Amino acid sequence: MASKSLKLCRALCNNTQHGRNIFLALSASRASQRIQRRLFSNDPQPDLVDPPSTSPSEKPQSHDTRRNEGGAGRRPFSSSLNDVELAKFSAIAETWWDPVGPFKPLHAMNPTRVSFIRSALCRHFRKDPSSAKPFEGLRIVDVGCGGGILSEPLARMGATVVGIDAVEKNTKIARLHAELDPVTSSIEYCCTTAEKLVEEQRKFDAVIALEVIEHVADPAEFCKSLAALTDTNGATVISTINRSMRSYATAIVAAEYLLHWLPRGTHQWSSFLTPEELVLILQRASISVQEIAGFVYNPLTGRWALSDDLSVNFIAFGTKNMNSQ
Amino acid sequence: MTLLLLEVAWLALPLLVLSVASMPLTKQLKVAIIDSNPALGRRDCIEKTDLPDPRVSTVTPATISFFKDVGAWDYVQQNRHAFFDKMQVWDYTGLGYTRYNARDVGKEILGCVVENKVLHASLLSCLQKSDFHKTIYPSRLTSMALQSHSKEVESKLPGAKLCDHGSFVKLDLSNGDSLFAKLVVGADGAKSYVRELAGLKTTGWNYSQNAIICTVEHNVENQCAWQRFLPTGPIALLPIGDRFSNIVWTMSPKESSERKTMNEDDFVKAVNHALDYGYGPHPQSSSVSNYGDRLSWLIADMTSSSKECFEVPPKVVKIASERMVFPLSLLHSNDYASNRVVLIGDAAHTVHPLAGQGVNLGFGDATVLSKVISDGISIGSDIGEISLLRKFEAERKPANIMMMALLDGFQKAYTVDFGPLNVLRAAAFHAAQFITPLKKNIISYATGEQKWPLFS
Repeated sequence: MASKSLKLCRALCNNTQHGRNIFLALSASRASQRIQRRLFSNDPQPDLVDPPSTSPSEKPQSHDTRRNEGGAGRRPFSSSLNDVELAKFSAIAETWWDPVGPFKPLHAMNPTRVSFIRSALCRHFRKDPSSAKPFEGLRIVDVGCGGGILSEPLARMGATVVGIDAVEKNTKIARLHAELDPVTSSIEYCCTTAEKLVEEQRKFDAVIALEVIEHVADPAEFCKSLAALTDTNGATVISTINRSMRSYATAIVAAEYLLHWLPRGTHQWSSFLTPEELVLILQRASISVQEIAGFVYNPLTGRWALSDDLSVNFIAFGTKNMNSQ
Repeated sequence: MTLLLLEVAWLALPLLVLSVASMPLTKQLKVAIIDSNPALGRRDCIEKTDLPDPRVSTVTPATISFFKDVGAWDYVQQNRHAFFDKMQVWDYTGLGYTRYNARDVGKEILGCVVENKVLHASLLSCLQKSDFHKTIYPSRLTSMALQSHSKEVESKLPGAKLCDHGSFVKLDLSNGDSLFAKLVVGADGAKSYVRELAGLKTTGWNYSQNAIICTVEHNVENQCAWQRFLPTGPIALLPIGDRFSNIVWTMSPKESSERKTMNEDDFVKAVNHALDYGYGPHPQSSSVSNYGDRLSWLIADMTSSSKECFEVPPKVVKIASERMVFPLSLLHSNDYASNRVVLIGDAAHTVHPLAGQGVNLGFGDATVLSKVISDGISIGSDIGEISLLRKFEAERKPANIMMMALLDGFQKAYTVDFGPLNVLRAAAFHAAQFITPLKKNIISYATGEQKWPLFS
């Protein structure tokens, strides 16, 4: 049933005008059903016969708008999905830096993520890992920076950091918190998307998007944007949650419903990516993944640690292929 | 302005600064030391011919390795210090004794007795020689308050949530200076002012006991540490070197004031009496053959010290210093850290001196804190963040509490003179003397090689 609706959805999105009406009709009838598209297969998009109401001249236009708006979500039919995600985060924006608030698990996980990033980037850029500021001279962009919990440690390690987030409240909170410390007050926060930065033709040595890709509507396009932001010989780091039985049990059921670590509905299991899928879409975006690691939580000590177990949280570090622009 | 601020450089604190100075990640921190003690600024020359100061500490091999790591042990070796490899513990009932030997665990020494002033001078000279960025403020702390970087930022923040993360501590000194620091380390002893200002509560109680300490002289060299539990408290005889030993005698406050004022000959007699036949008989030198073959399976690989006979400590000939008295208590801070403030050493915990562990706990704290700060910097976190300081607390608190509980247990067990309890204590002596794994465990734990007693 789901796969039929998926195919239908693909067919519809090629035809924005008509498709939107039908989509709205569908969503009215199955209001709670979320339809996600996963453009992983190599099958070409089905070539549809335009319905008589749409004139041929509109078709190229619709393609253009699709290309310009990109993956992080302004497609007419998928922007509604994205708004829901944005609204979720907007509602809890003030609690970003509250150590016992809804973002507490992220704060607990942060040291582990930063240590992976530190070792991967130091190795790639040949920086001295025993220096207190190993990222001196590196331009890093933190996509989906939220309240800045990743951007601040990166800045303290010497990097020139740009933090972007689609939720305006987040960037405001991040800016205010960063002002508290002179070292981090140099971080540039913008309320924008990766696609807009691509349009501005900005390039960075390292592009980091942690726990973001499971919230975007089109991961493949998102990865293409991240790749476009990465300079030649640059690095891309993405972390997300695996789509596995175990992650359903831990990240959805345990974290959201039993332990109340996260507000209910923070994550949609269907939008998780498996490591294989992530590697594949990064490959399509000309980024080859060099290292991948998992995070595990030890309930006895309450600490996160890096491990080979990718079944729930994992982080991937990739470099841009030499032959791409 | 990465400033790490320290209060009162006595013992644990200079070790912390040296550890921080020696690690690559933390070398670039700026450290300010606030201490109104004038000796801090100048290099005190310790005359080797001086009589030993009665204030000594027993440093465990673990602490010696910390000192060696920061390069502060050479100075100690050039001055008076005494390694000891044997220890005998017994009590007044004469029902049992235990002898420990470093060879039981394959080591050369059980510990080293060093005067506090030598330890202090060693750490300070090392500090002065290093090119680490440190400033000494010879003044006293009057107040401290959390502050954030700019006042206007504070007013824009939603609610009080972000303000709790005041990004600096402002410290006011008695000479009018003001300092700003990201982290304040309080190492100002049992009556810590930093702890008071930070509002950290403590738990503890006074033992109704005082300790008399003084230096005494023998006719022969003493290379063993002796401790005898008397009805009013233990008396310990620790070698300092050059035929000198240090006495730490715990007793009730009334007795301590009497003994402090009595003339020297009477005091020497009292000490010898306490170490020898006073209060009770000598324990029998139990030889294992008394127990026959029944225990042969248990004593298969016995340590050399299990076969050693009971020895009487060397006679004290005369007193070589003034007698000092100080009250004993147990104190433990409920939290070692609060926002941007952390306590180490006696400011966080004080213990009974009966096992010579107090200063070693403080040095352990210093080493762990420097490692935690280094790890924090490696992941770019703010060194004063409470989550980082809680990591330090999670590492040190259980170990410190365990040690304090054990020492308190011993102290209480030996203050009661009750027949069955005496027999129990004697049984404990015998167990420690003859059961090899237990003895090895005790030695490893007391010398700092093992983190937990019994479970390694």
